[in-house]
Amino acid sequence: MNSFFQLIARHRVLASTLFLAIFPFIMPYEALAINILIFGLFAMGFNLLFGYMGLLSFGHAAFLGIGSYLTGIGIVHYGMPWGAAILIGIIGAAIGGLIMGYLAIRTRGIYFSMVTLALGQIVYYIFYKAESLTGGENGLRGVRVDEFNVLGIPVDFLNPLVKYYIILFFVVIAIWLISRILSSPLGAVMEAIRENEKRAAACGFDVARTKLLVFVLSAAICGLAGSLRALHLSIVPIDSLHYLQSGQAVMMSILGGMGTFFGPFIGAAVMLYLEDVVTTFTKHWMAVVGLVFMFFVLFFPKGIWGTILSKLQINQDSK
Amino acid sequence: MTGLSFELLCMQLLTGIALGSIYALLALGLCLIFGMLNVVNFAHGAFFMVGAFLGVYFLGVTGSFWFSLVLTPLLTGGIGLVTERFLVRPLYGRGLDYPLLLTFGLSYVLIEVMRVTFGIEGLPSVTPEGLGGTMNVGIGYFPKYRLFLIAATAVIILGVWFFIQKTRYGLIIKAGAADQEIVKVLGVDIAKVWLLVFGLGCAIAGLSGILASPTRSVNPEMGIPILAESFVVTVVGGMGSPVGAVVAGLLVGIVYSMTSLFFPDLAELSIFVLMAVVLLIRPQGLFGKAGAMG
Repeated sequence: MNSFFQLIARHRVLASTLFLAIFPFIMPYEALAINILIFGLFAMGFNLLFGYMGLLSFGHAAFLGIGSYLTGIGIVHYGMPWGAAILIGIIGAAIGGLIMGYLAIRTRGIYFSMVTLALGQIVYYIFYKAESLTGGENGLRGVRVDEFNVLGIPVDFLNPLVKYYIILFFVVIAIWLISRILSSPLGAVMEAIRENEKRAAACGFDVARTKLLVFVLSAAICGLAGSLRALHLSIVPIDSLHYLQSGQAVMMSILGGMGTFFGPFIGAAVMLYLEDVVTTFTKHWMAVVGLVFMFFVLFFPKGIWGTILSKLQINQDSK
Repeated sequence: MTGLSFELLCMQLLTGIALGSIYALLALGLCLIFGMLNVVNFAHGAFFMVGAFLGVYFLGVTGSFWFSLVLTPLLTGGIGLVTERFLVRPLYGRGLDYPLLLTFGLSYVLIEVMRVTFGIEGLPSVTPEGLGGTMNVGIGYFPKYRLFLIAATAVIILGVWFFIQKTRYGLIIKAGAADQEIVKVLGVDIAKVWLLVFGLGCAIAGLSGILASPTRSVNPEMGIPILAESFVVTVVGGMGSPVGAVVAGLLVGIVYSMTSLFFPDLAELSIFVLMAVVLLIRPQGLFGKAGAMG
């Protein structure tokens, strides 16, 4: 059992790719699987900043929204090919991350959370007011991607399973990138900053620049999640930018286990599955999700995956 | 802008002060809880929303605005006491993030509880009897209720100031915020003080909810934008500074109403731009001490 988990941890990109390849067959329907894929990526991008570097942002919906809107605007208003539209979404989110990060890293701790939340509201209002481009309150409609050719083979994007695997292709690239970042020296500096910022600075690391860089990387990954979401839904709802969406990223990370590689993904899967099940009984799913979240904060702060890992650690020590 | 006159500017300034009073009250509540317990109450906007709902509900049932003005803060304060005792207290010593996350989860629950109880559309806002209509303030006619709002907020803020500066309890609160170990050694039950401060902060949030209810629509989501706006006020004023909270609250209200006079489309954005500017020049806020931000 123990060595199985260690094997997963050692080959985390391969393990997640294999798991995600069979994932749509475990889920009740493909649309939920796609949703989990996208929000799992969103939470993983967020966790890079929160779990690994200790910066609790409440403004990450901005990057999900920027990614979604720019991709959507590119396709709807400028007739871009979807690949280019995704790229625009990622770049836009990264630039947004650079601006927001530049302002937010001037502050620390709780202040940081408040500033990111407030800056996220700016992005919300900008997109809300730019009605001619974004559709304002109604959201942006008609982000259509139908059929296209890959090396001469026609691909039907409207087939849910095909859509899943196309999105998975991008998600796997991002997961690989996250894994590389974490195992690089940058990843080590990030964790050093999380554990003790002053000591990291005393060791000669440029704390401010590292924070800004990771903020931008995290924003770009969340932007990709947003771009994929626009393609998946064919519309961009204004809710994408809402601060409750930022809160979802926080909840998913905590639920699954912040600062762990798979945790955010597991958190996203559990939360969206729960939401799906609860909505069949009552439309007040927010209360249930809120209560479950509070339960975890109180009793399992390490989250599902984090708790499993620490339990295994204890077993290992007692041997 | 042909209609722009000195009178209009003054009226808009007054409107800004009325709006700013609500911000000041909310930020003061946040500031009390943060200064003492080191907890950012992410459910503060939700308590504001609950206060507005209860206020309108009690006003409808009893017909007396004054009665609901007393009952509402007592109830939201009560919810605050329960929250501190059973939800926030187990998290002390686990860092700053956990109480913040817990209260965030609580805001989800409070929003849904209000949806279940009062429906998703919310309640029609009611202007209390005798406070409707307008009144001549020398330069023109101004809504009576907004004048009352400014006066009521001033009274509450002075009351809190008096409580903290001039009473024994206030002394203990101030001492506890400065050095809780010493206060404990002196034989004060600090847990009880924390409990009361959290309750007081939530009571103030509920009170601002009922006070604001005649001026805005009462619905379960009303606490969400106001939370972001109170954070802007807190950031501008400086974390943990009560004076900063009040001054920045008024400033943010005035900036908002002045922008909505000249550039209506940018009104919501203006206060966030104000925050960005303050952050660039003084990251610790107007009245904050350097190093007090985390």
